[in-house]
Amino acid sequence: MDFLRPASWEEALAAKAEHPTAVPIAGGTDVMVEINFDHRRPEYLLDLNRIGDLYEWEVGEESVRLGASVPYTKIMESLRAELPGLALASHTVASPQIRNRGGVGGNLGTASPAGDAHPALLAAGAEVEVESAARGTRLIPIDEFYTGVKRNALRPDELIRAVHVKKADGPQQYSKVGTRNAMVIAVCAFGLALHPETRTVRTGIGSAAPTPVRAKAAEEFLNAALEEGGFWDNGKIITPSVAKQFAGLCSAACNPIDDVRGTASYRRHAVGVMARRTLTWTWESYRGNHRTTEGAA
Amino acid sequence: MRVNFTVNGRPQEADDVWEGESLLYVLRERLGLPGSKNACEQGECGSCTVRLDGVPVCSCLVAAGQVEGRDVVTVEGLAEYAKQRAEGGCASGACGTTLQDAQLGVPPGEAWGRQAKGTDSQTGEGGELSTVQQAFIDAGAVQCGFCTPGLLVASDELLERNPNPSDADIREALSGNLCRCTGYEKIMDAVRLAAARQSEEV
Repeated sequence: MDFLRPASWEEALAAKAEHPTAVPIAGGTDVMVEINFDHRRPEYLLDLNRIGDLYEWEVGEESVRLGASVPYTKIMESLRAELPGLALASHTVASPQIRNRGGVGGNLGTASPAGDAHPALLAAGAEVEVESAARGTRLIPIDEFYTGVKRNALRPDELIRAVHVKKADGPQQYSKVGTRNAMVIAVCAFGLALHPETRTVRTGIGSAAPTPVRAKAAEEFLNAALEEGGFWDNGKIITPSVAKQFAGLCSAACNPIDDVRGTASYRRHAVGVMARRTLTWTWESYRGNHRTTEGAA
Repeated sequence: MRVNFTVNGRPQEADDVWEGESLLYVLRERLGLPGSKNACEQGECGSCTVRLDGVPVCSCLVAAGQVEGRDVVTVEGLAEYAKQRAEGGCASGACGTTLQDAQLGVPPGEAWGRQAKGTDSQTGEGGELSTVQQAFIDAGAVQCGFCTPGLLVASDELLERNPNPSDADIREALSGNLCRCTGYEKIMDAVRLAAARQSEEV
């Protein structure tokens, strides 16, 4: 094994171009587990810790450009207003020690269906900024990023530089099912974001399909129902039958498996419950109550 | 490969380090600092918690090569680290210690005997315990002791950040440290005790 230690982003891209099989390591919270347990023996480890740019973020007009290595702890502390869904999701990641090291770049690179950040990114709307020495930068829409179980749209010579997440224009919520409040991989997870500016609702489902997915049919149904009933203007309570149908469509968007953490039917059921709850919480917040940043794990 | 970094205030050089090796392995097997414990090796248990440039991390998940030029504090250096902080030397938590004996590896049995007597920590001869360490002993928060080093580092960092934590703050700060003996109640007592003593000292 070789340990590559680029001092700059350009050096990192050059190293990845020269050694496309190199495994990038930032927080190490996924990669080191695989090495410690002998599940993986990469020929090259590509350390990204020395690249300071990856630890920075910029709040722009429309979106936040979040460096790939910004630790979850920083997202919780500093970006709660701009990215409330992602901040809530970050708070459910493992433990303080892990949140101090891990970041969204690693979650995207690993592309596990259970990654905690994914439902929040899908719900908020995001683009992944990747770069290669040969072809420069490209932005991959988050909906096209996840291509299979632990597979993503990255090419072998590309590295994840940042993720551009749309700034919240309305309430966002995140919910996760696990056996305790810390140190759990999600049995399933759900993110929901209201976008009053476009009068749309977006969702993200984690750990209930081969990849993180949006419940698009549920979104379309809800968008139409909210528009038809004038809900965005009159701020009325969402009709229980609408919430119920939304929840059912979210369950139907799942394609889960039975595994040690839970059965497929439990996951479908739980996603429906989380969909209804997060819709209620965000809508209550939209109507003027104060529940924007209260989360539930 | 060779890795140069600072441990408990002292420059260290580790040689013949395998590229896939963890910081935990380097500390325990190459530098003779067995205080940080090797239990789960997957970041679940927190027994290997150290401060990396002041930040609590699981040393089993840090690749050795990633600590080049950086500053590590282990449980062996915790008492001196806390002492310097109390003296105003290190409010940021990012500085190291100067205690020369901090690197002395003390066999766990011997260290335990000393620690239990409350006369010394694993930092070497004549050292004093930190407030958090003493509180763990006095509150009976140590049973088998395997989780203790990680809990001490995490608790000390909590009290550095938040001198008057609520029970919820304590539970959250220690949520990455597993203990299979105590049921955590005595550990909660110990952190509350340390917080109370720390506020009396000021």
